[in-house]
Amino acid sequence: MTEVIRVDTLTKRYDGNLAVAGISFSVRAGEIFGFLGPNGAGKTTTQRMLTGVLKPTSGTVQVLDHDMVRDPLGAKEHLGVVPEMANPYMEMSGWENMMLAAELYRVPRAERTGRAESLLREFELWERRDDRARAYSKGMKQRLMLCMALVHQPDILLLDEATSGLDVASSRQIRARARDFAADGGTVFYTTHNIEEADQLCDRVAIINHGEIVAIDAPEALRATFAESQSVVVAFDREVAPDELAALAEVKRVAKEGDKLQLYTADPGLVALHVADFAREHDTAILTINTVGPSLEEVFVRLTEGAISQEDEDQ
Amino acid sequence: MSSLAGIQAVMKKDMRVYYLKGPVLIFGLFFPACLFCAFVIGRHMPAHELVPGLIAMALFFTASATTPAIMPFEMRTHTLERLLIAPLSISSMLIGDVAAAFLYGLFMSIVPILISVFVIGAPIVHPFILIVTVVLGAVCFAVLGTLFAVPVTDVPSDVMMISNLVRLPMIFFSGVFIPIGQISVWGRGLSAISPLTYCTELIRYSTIGGNFLSPALCLAVLAGFTVALWLLSTTLHHRNMSRRLAL
Repeated sequence: MTEVIRVDTLTKRYDGNLAVAGISFSVRAGEIFGFLGPNGAGKTTTQRMLTGVLKPTSGTVQVLDHDMVRDPLGAKEHLGVVPEMANPYMEMSGWENMMLAAELYRVPRAERTGRAESLLREFELWERRDDRARAYSKGMKQRLMLCMALVHQPDILLLDEATSGLDVASSRQIRARARDFAADGGTVFYTTHNIEEADQLCDRVAIINHGEIVAIDAPEALRATFAESQSVVVAFDREVAPDELAALAEVKRVAKEGDKLQLYTADPGLVALHVADFAREHDTAILTINTVGPSLEEVFVRLTEGAISQEDEDQ
Repeated sequence: MSSLAGIQAVMKKDMRVYYLKGPVLIFGLFFPACLFCAFVIGRHMPAHELVPGLIAMALFFTASATTPAIMPFEMRTHTLERLLIAPLSISSMLIGDVAAAFLYGLFMSIVPILISVFVIGAPIVHPFILIVTVVLGAVCFAVLGTLFAVPVTDVPSDVMMISNLVRLPMIFFSGVFIPIGQISVWGRGLSAISPLTYCTELIRYSTIGGNFLSPALCLAVLAGFTVALWLLSTTLHHRNMSRRLAL
């Protein structure tokens, strides 16, 4: 599959501090690529180097056939970007902001108004197009930013924390548009700290921590890396102490989650049978029982905390 | 061609957001008029003697007025990054800012020229030189405005303070109120480093006469200042841009 973004040993130093430490990865055409990391991990710095806003200290960013340092204008033409720290012009109307974006990306004059109208209608901003952006809600501003990023019909859409702090409807709309964009052959680079969102949306995710990539794979494959984080979640009709279940074979640890108990194991099927035996022996009924795979959040936490034990690695 | 579209987009944005505002337009007329009145009233001097100073001052204060605040304002409102992600070089962005300031300065200087001719009765002896001077002066002072925007801050008043600290003293040693032929030798030395001096001298030559420096020299030096200020400004803006984003 064609690689549309290629990052090679990308490094950024600020006043001697290493923000991004020689990372390398590539993004394939048509995929939604999640870029995850805790605050301060280097996500936004990486995104800014990918979009040509910051020059790397060393390393390269290639967007299609364009090197971002040598040919930034050529590379930028293929990108539609919704930066985390950016706003539309508040003193300009939604329509004027759209026209500004269209002019900056040299959308032909004859196509500007048609494209802008289509996008503003799609994102339910058409009725408010003549209002100044300062009168828009946060969700409306973010949708306007997405419209501005799409008006020149880019090949690659880069979203940086695009749904952060938004209402549910706006978040869903943005995610749905990202899916449609990829389904139509576009590529999405999705920077977020929302792991659940990345899990639902992304074909592959990269996890960055302390400026280094610690994992790149499909969410499912990353979860499989931590098989021992599978668990059985059970609720009984009476209170059962976690210690009573911790003694069952194959159970590594037990956590209380509200009125349920979560039993971590590498063999959830066997543990479910042991739990059934336990219920029969102790004359208690099982209200609910489920097997749960490791969440991407658990994978993320373990990778970013560096808490992978030798035992985990062996498995 | 591609740069031209981007420059035009930035210029139109600047006009909409920063220049076509009632207070900005009124300030452009009001401030030079007040300074002019402050010098004329009670001094029993012919008003037309201050015509070159009035036109030069209006051009200087309008063309260099707003540009310094744009960069910090756009940092504060998080719109700068919006421009930087577009296929637009930093130089093109600055040219767009200069173009908007140039148009504003040009437009606002027409008013004092009309007042000078039709109200004060000052002659226009060399209209072509006057037009060239106003155009070149507007470019030069607009570029000077971008230089004031170099410090990395998101507080517009910080750069406005620097801008006013430089601009206000400049009008007192650039032949605006007192022709440089009449000021002391050390004052004349100081006036040599001010682009406003050459602009005022050219306007004096074009209108009431009595210029101290030759028009050819003034045009050459004003053009030289414009190029030098532009090179300095773009170099410093390129150097500071990543620090702006880190703020």
